[in-house]
Formats: sequence, structure tokens, C-alpha cells
Amino acid sequence: MSGADPEVVIRLRGVTNAFGTQVVHDALDLDIRRGEVLGVVGGSGTGKSVLLRTIVGLRAPQAGSIEIFGTETVGCDEVTRAAIDRRMGVMFQDGALFSSLTVRENVEVPLRAVPGLSADVRRGLADLKISLSGLPWLAGGKYPSELSGGMRKRAGLARALALDPEIVFLDEPTAGLDPIGATGFDELIHGLSRSLGLTVFLVTHDLDTLHATCDRIAVLAEKRVLVTGTMTEMLAVDHPWVHEYFHGPRARAAQETAGQGRGAD
Amino acid sequence: MVKDTQHGIEIDTGGDTCRVRLSGPQTVAQATVLDRALAGLPADRAAEIDLSAAERIDTAGAWAIARAQARIRAAGQEVRIAGADDVRVALIETVAGALPAPDAAAQKRRSLADLLEGVGRAVAGAGRYVLELTGYLGLFLARLGHALIRPREFYLTALLHHCQGVGWAAVPIVALMAFLIGVVLAFQGSAQLRQFGAEIFVVDLIAISILRELGILLTAIIVAGRTASAFTASIGSMKMREEIDAMRTLGIDPVQALFVPRILALILMLPVLGLIANVAGLFGGALMAWVELGISPAMFRVRLVEGTDVTHVAVGMIKATVFAVIIGVIGCHAGMQVESNAESLGRMTSAAVVAAIFAVILADALFSIFFAQVGW
Repeated sequence: MSGADPEVVIRLRGVTNAFGTQVVHDALDLDIRRGEVLGVVGGSGTGKSVLLRTIVGLRAPQAGSIEIFGTETVGCDEVTRAAIDRRMGVMFQDGALFSSLTVRENVEVPLRAVPGLSADVRRGLADLKISLSGLPWLAGGKYPSELSGGMRKRAGLARALALDPEIVFLDEPTAGLDPIGATGFDELIHGLSRSLGLTVFLVTHDLDTLHATCDRIAVLAEKRVLVTGTMTEMLAVDHPWVHEYFHGPRARAAQETAGQGRGAD
Repeated sequence: MVKDTQHGIEIDTGGDTCRVRLSGPQTVAQATVLDRALAGLPADRAAEIDLSAAERIDTAGAWAIARAQARIRAAGQEVRIAGADDVRVALIETVAGALPAPDAAAQKRRSLADLLEGVGRAVAGAGRYVLELTGYLGLFLARLGHALIRPREFYLTALLHHCQGVGWAAVPIVALMAFLIGVVLAFQGSAQLRQFGAEIFVVDLIAISILRELGILLTAIIVAGRTASAFTASIGSMKMREEIDAMRTLGIDPVQALFVPRILALILMLPVLGLIANVAGLFGGALMAWVELGISPAMFRVRLVEGTDVTHVAVGMIKATVFAVIIGVIGCHAGMQVESNAESLGRMTSAAVVAAIFAVILADALFSIFFAQVGW
């Protein structure tokens, strides 16, 4: 597209996903660039989560190629996949924490795979990740069932960040959070992506999140990525669904909030 | 002067300022080494950490640096980070800002007092558990009475559905189990009684032990395993998905809708299952007595009718009703204790089975004493 292309860390070409006869993605192309926060939006059932699961390797696509860090991952062997998995972190919608472990033990799970990491350092690093995710450090000793939904998401993020991934996948990070919690999470994602140099792939419905955190937005519709670009570019797209999405009453409200936020800065 | 070329750590503690030079990647893989090395920095003088030769630093490396920084700064000395670009400075600052408070990490040791407290809590918990079960029994009886006054509010379809699940579906396993127990009793009994030439008393042995004790007790244990767990799992999963709360808001009484049909189905079905077990047990015993001792079925029948009082059957049936109430109440109670996670569902299900089997055996022991006193 532009002249000096930034490094592309994930390159999807012609990805096709189908459940039986129902085709979800038909020859989908998408690039994710290093260091950006990419927001993926789309109506219900357009396969946003399916796309996320396909990229992180939980689902094999029917056709197409997915290159991560320059390595083809469709049909690659397990060793290659494991090496790539170590450089990526996933936060599932409700945190997907292991319910029999405390939050700290949950965060320690990926750290246990690192050879030569002593128990106290592992514990310290887990506490650091818990704290980075904006949880009070006392939360480390609690079980997932003792946490609120927002705290479970943060704990899920702490676990996703445990091994300093280069790319983090977030599935609906602000769904089910109150506006204050959602704003806090937006700021957290924005702050971490800057200070840790993360690339973030974000599936969301939340227009405020798109305004507050995303560098680029990809719209899923008609079984492919219909359009990608910044928020400003999105506002100029005249596809009916995209127009409806970014110009609806909720979108206007989110735009105003974002405008006010910028004014206050 | 410490030089660890393998890990890219050089520490010079010679001058007024400790000089630390890090090279290569400082990531989670060697966070332990780096943390140990930096923990050895003296806190009585300033330090400078030079990152200009470090290829890559992740949060683990930054954590070790920030920890040393915080420790030395707490002692009133300065730590300078040199040769770091904006990104690294931001990373170390973010990590330093997120360093957890260093206190309160001390593990509590368990003392004798804690141990005693634990025992006390367990005893009090057991007492509370029995009280709660009594409460559930009362709730069940109250709602049952309510249903008798207003039969329209009774869930008859649910009752029949549970009768099928609790009773009909358990017939094969119960019958097979009792048949085999009858066979075993006859076989073992004949081996012992033959020594005294008292083979014919094997009929009394089988009849009394099956009708009075084993038939109903083993049936109750099987039903406790099958049905208490099923009750807990079904009610517990409804509790987990807030279905029970939804029922309450819709004006449906969960006790009336869930507990009464289930426990009532057990009360109706367990005696029937017990009778089936009795018949199957006697049949198995008669078969084995015929094969092993040559006691013909006709002789077995005559001896059974003459030598065995019908009160034995009555004793078994009275026990069956009580066992049914115990199993049902424990299963429903455990279901209501399920929290909003899958783990508690599994825990409560197995707890319900253990508690139900234990309670059935305890009740059976109490019944033995009671009937001995009464003279039945």
C-alpha cells in the first residue's frame, strides 16, 4: 500500500474457513504490522473469533496461507508451531483461567516451561505481570472464582503476557465490563502496547476501544476483510454496513467522547 | 570484578560507583542469573548499569534491573541506567512502577493452635452441615404438605420422569447385584453350615440376611452412587447457570419444582427397588442352594415360608423409605452448594455420593440397634 512498508509480522493470504457447507471466510487477506494495535470488527457471525482461533493455530483453515514472523504455519510441524506459539499470547474472552490454580499459579504456568528459572524469580515475574495488568497484587493468591469478570480478564492478560510475547491476541477484552472498567482496560492495552512494544490483535465490538486504542481497524464482512485503515479512513468508507457501523448513534457518541478526551490532553 | 561472559554480565565493584555492563539478550531465559548477580551489588554506593551492548531486554530483564534499582535506592544511593534508548527507559520505568510491594510475602507457619483451630472448624462445619440437611428435610416436608393441600401446584410430570430415572433405569443393575449377593451367601453359607450338618438353615441365612439387611442396604448404596450424584449434578449445573435464580424471579419455587419431585420419586422407588432386590437375591440363593446342596426350589419355598417371619421384609421396607429421604436430601443439598465454577460442581458431586453412602450405612447401624431394642 504505502511506500515504506513497516515490517509485517502476520500475513494472511487466501484464508478460507468453512463449517460444513457454511463458508465463514472466503479467500481472506490481512496484514498485521509490528507494533500496531489492530482492531478487528464485524457483525455477529462474521467469524472474528474464528479468525483469531485460526491465526493462533486452534483451527486449521480449509485453504490459504498464514505466515507468522515470516514462517508459514498452515501445515507446519509441531516444533515450528511451538516456537511460534511461545512468541504469541492469547487472552480469551472470559480469561480462560485454570480454575484449580490461583491467579499467580496461572501466570506461572507458561513460565514453568523456561529452563533454569528459579522458583522465587518465577514468582516475582508472575507478580510483576499481575501488577502490570493492573490487578492489586493481593489478587495473586486468589482463585479465579473469587474474582470479578474484569479482574479475570486482567488475570488472563497477565498470563498471556507471561513470556513477553511479541504479539498478543485479545478476544473481546471489554465485553461485559462496566464503562469505567472498560476504559481502564483500554488504557491498559494502549499503555502496554507502547511500553512493551507489543503488537496487538484485538477482536472487539466496542467503539470506544477502537477509538482509544487501535492504530488500524480491519472490518470483516462479506466473508473477507472488507477494508482496513485508521479510524479517519473508516469514517470515509461508503460501504453500507461500514457506514452504519461507524456513523450510527453509538459511534457518534464514542466519537464525541474520544474528541473530548483528546481536548483534555 | 565479576565477569560472566556466557550470560553477558560484567560487574566492576572496584570504584566509588559500581559499574554493571550487560550484553547479549537479557531475557526470561537468564532472568535468574541476572537477578542473582544484581542482588549481589553493594547497596552502600551508587551504581551504573550500562545497557548499550544489550541486544534485547524483556520484562524479566527489566524486572531484575528495576529490583536492584529499588533496593539500592532504598539504601539512599543512586542507580543510573546508561546507554538505553527511550523504549528501554520506558520499559524499565513501566516495570519499576509495577513492582509489587515487597512486604507481606512471608509464608505463615502452621502452629499447633492453627491445627486445633482447623479441627474445631471442621467439627463446627460438620454440625452446621447436619443442621442444614435438617433444614432441607423440613423444607421438603413443608412443600410436600403444601402440594397435598394444593395438588395443582404439584409437578406430576417431573415426578414420573424422575421415577423412571431413579427406579426403572436402576432395575437391571440392582437385580443383578442382588442375584449375585444371593449366590455368594448361599455358597459361603453352605460351606460353613455343612460342617455341622445344618445345610437346611442356609435358607434362613439367605432369607434373613437378604430381606433384613443386604437387599435394601446394597440397593441404597447403589442408588446413592447413581442418584445422589445425578441430583447434585443436575441441580448444581442449574445453579451454576443461574437457572435457579431465574426460577425464583419468575415466581417458581425451586424446592417445589426441583426437590419435591426428585425426593418423592426416590421415596416411591427405593422400596420397589428393594423388593426387586429381595426377590432377585432369594432367587440367586435358591439357585445356588439347589446346585450346591441339593435343596430343591420347592423345599426352599416351604422352608422360607415356615421359617422366616414377614417382619423381616417390613424392616427392610421401613429402612428403604428412610434411606430414600437421606439420599435425596443430601443430593439436593449438595446441588444447591455448587458455586459458579465447574470445579465446585465436580467437588460437590463426589462429596454428595460419599456423604450419602456414609449416612445410609450410619442409619442402617442405628436401625439395627433400634429394631433389636423393639424386638422385631
